[in-house]
Amino acid sequence: MNQETLLVGLAGVLAAAAPIIFAVLGETLSERAGVINLSMNGTILLTAMSGFAVAYTTDSLLLGFLAGMLIGALVALIVAFSSITLNQSQVAVGFVLALTCRDLAYFLGNPFMGVSGPRLQAMPIPFLRDLPILGPVFFRQELITYVSYLAIFLAWLWIYRTRPGLMLQGIGEKPAAAYIRGANVNLMRYVYTVIGGALIGLAGPTYSLGVRAGWMGTISGLDGIGWIALSITIFGGWNPARAAFGAYLFAFLQWLGLVLQPVLTQVPSQVLQVAPFPLMILTLLLVNIGNAEWVERTLAAMPESARKFFSRMLRAMRASPPAALGVPFERD
Amino acid sequence: MLKGRLGGFAFQAIAFVLALGFVSLILLAVGASPIEAYKNILTGSVGSMRKFAEVLVSFVPLLLVTAGLLITFSAGLWNIGVEGQIVLGAIGTTWAMRQFVDSSLSPVIIIFLSILAGMLFGAVWASFAGMLKTFGGVNEIFGGLGLNFVSTALTLYLIFGPWKREGVASMSGTEPFPDAFSLPQLPDLRISPWALGIALVAVVVVYFILNGTYFGLRIKAVGKNIRAAYLLGIPTWQYSLYSFLICGALAGLAGAMQVTAVYHRLIPSISSGYGYLGLMVAMLINYQAIWAVPIALFFAALNIGSIQLPIVMKLDSSLSGVLQGVLVLFVLMVEGARQKFVKKT
Repeated sequence: MNQETLLVGLAGVLAAAAPIIFAVLGETLSERAGVINLSMNGTILLTAMSGFAVAYTTDSLLLGFLAGMLIGALVALIVAFSSITLNQSQVAVGFVLALTCRDLAYFLGNPFMGVSGPRLQAMPIPFLRDLPILGPVFFRQELITYVSYLAIFLAWLWIYRTRPGLMLQGIGEKPAAAYIRGANVNLMRYVYTVIGGALIGLAGPTYSLGVRAGWMGTISGLDGIGWIALSITIFGGWNPARAAFGAYLFAFLQWLGLVLQPVLTQVPSQVLQVAPFPLMILTLLLVNIGNAEWVERTLAAMPESARKFFSRMLRAMRASPPAALGVPFERD
Repeated sequence: MLKGRLGGFAFQAIAFVLALGFVSLILLAVGASPIEAYKNILTGSVGSMRKFAEVLVSFVPLLLVTAGLLITFSAGLWNIGVEGQIVLGAIGTTWAMRQFVDSSLSPVIIIFLSILAGMLFGAVWASFAGMLKTFGGVNEIFGGLGLNFVSTALTLYLIFGPWKREGVASMSGTEPFPDAFSLPQLPDLRISPWALGIALVAVVVVYFILNGTYFGLRIKAVGKNIRAAYLLGIPTWQYSLYSFLICGALAGLAGAMQVTAVYHRLIPSISSGYGYLGLMVAMLINYQAIWAVPIALFFAALNIGSIQLPIVMKLDSSLSGVLQGVLVLFVLMVEGARQKFVKKT
């Protein structure tokens, strides 16, 4: 492989990760506030379809993206309303929405299947595009990919470097304490779930108007991405930077699978295509296993030097969810 | 004010009407007549004996999966990996039958052993999700989803790799088994009374386990409050694993039925989404085994009836999924509203 194709490939990885980054950031915000939005897989499909349909009908890419965000926010609002106001299980409502939105996308998207519509064009940034190596990889992308870089930075800044972000952490970790501090816990949960939903809703149009332009119904190949994004959120330990790293890693592995296919001819293509999934289980295992009780017991029984090494390794990978994730808040 | 059982029914009726209204609006939005669509679903599912037999064919795996999920839900587990457990059941049955293709054993024994193999494969696959959960701290939803994708890949690999048809491999599946390997069907209809009987027995057994045994009581205790159950001396992780195993075996049985009674071979989409649909049925019946039969039958009828839509009205058949999903969603929301606003007064 020469340098040219390598750089183009890496640039493709950054572009392919963009929708996953929006989804993961949206889910991270929502879960930070304590609400699991399990509808993600359906939301991405529905917003991909509707974003494309709106852009196709109005011939405006901007309206397509806005439609995606609006629908993502609406679906998230249903999750928030059912769980916060009506006290129903977030997992149940989210799961039902994941299936329903998917079927709704297939049903409503029927007339738009396979038609060719508008799509984003590459928008190289002057000067930066000519940087050696960095230019072709980072700065000859579509506009939405630049937005994804920015979104990672902003989400990180918001959570870790601002006052409302600190309050957001409190709402997810110790809602009662945040409440005493004057936070309207349930209102903030609504707000973050809906904003997170809008971000997730950006993922769909990023596919259908960019990375995989068009709407192909059941063969769009988007079914399942939302579930992967959910696991990347966990892998990311609810930290935007680490979550983004997970998204890039996933996109990179997928690209690697594609590149290696002609080389590893004895491995059937079906195996390489699903390679991310066992990897996903493995990473979840590594991230979570430090929390298991028997691991702590095993560690305690180890000789001093080994224990230090293993516990440091586990601590580096480990991620604990916000303490109040999925737990309704009621003031007494 | 409406109270008790009757009140509950009234609220569910409201949810049903809301769901039907919502789906009608969607149909109107795409310029189709709701009445005509519902009429097509109705005639497409119960319009003739042949069509009703098709409904029963899809009712069998759905009921088996729902029965299994009632156990995991009772244990407080979201066994989303049930879809892959169906697939592994089908793979197990296909694998066993392939071993027997040239044997002189009686077909009855072969079918019996193959079904057992399917149940075993399903249970083993479920135990993966269970062990990831109990020993690895991986939430069963994510472990299960990952395993679902792996199971699909495994099916494709087998169909296009080691089990490929003589000549050219294709999406149509593996080489069909000899007729002797299928469960007997009714004359002219595709439904096998044996499969139907097995599914009905399974749901009765699950009902009995959950409501009539000490084992079921302990599973429910683990599901209601795992800490309290642990303090009471119930080995909670073992009961979690048991419930995964039982559910996996029943899902595997569903997969086995798909092979022996319906397709007579392994096909790429052998699980046909029955696992996810079973989760919806279980939610809709609020995890009460007694309602599993009518609701699973209703959902199966919607699935089969909607096949008419693309043919007659040029609409996508995914409408049935929308209707099922919206129905479950409204039932959940109306139930929430009832608890919030009615109980307080």
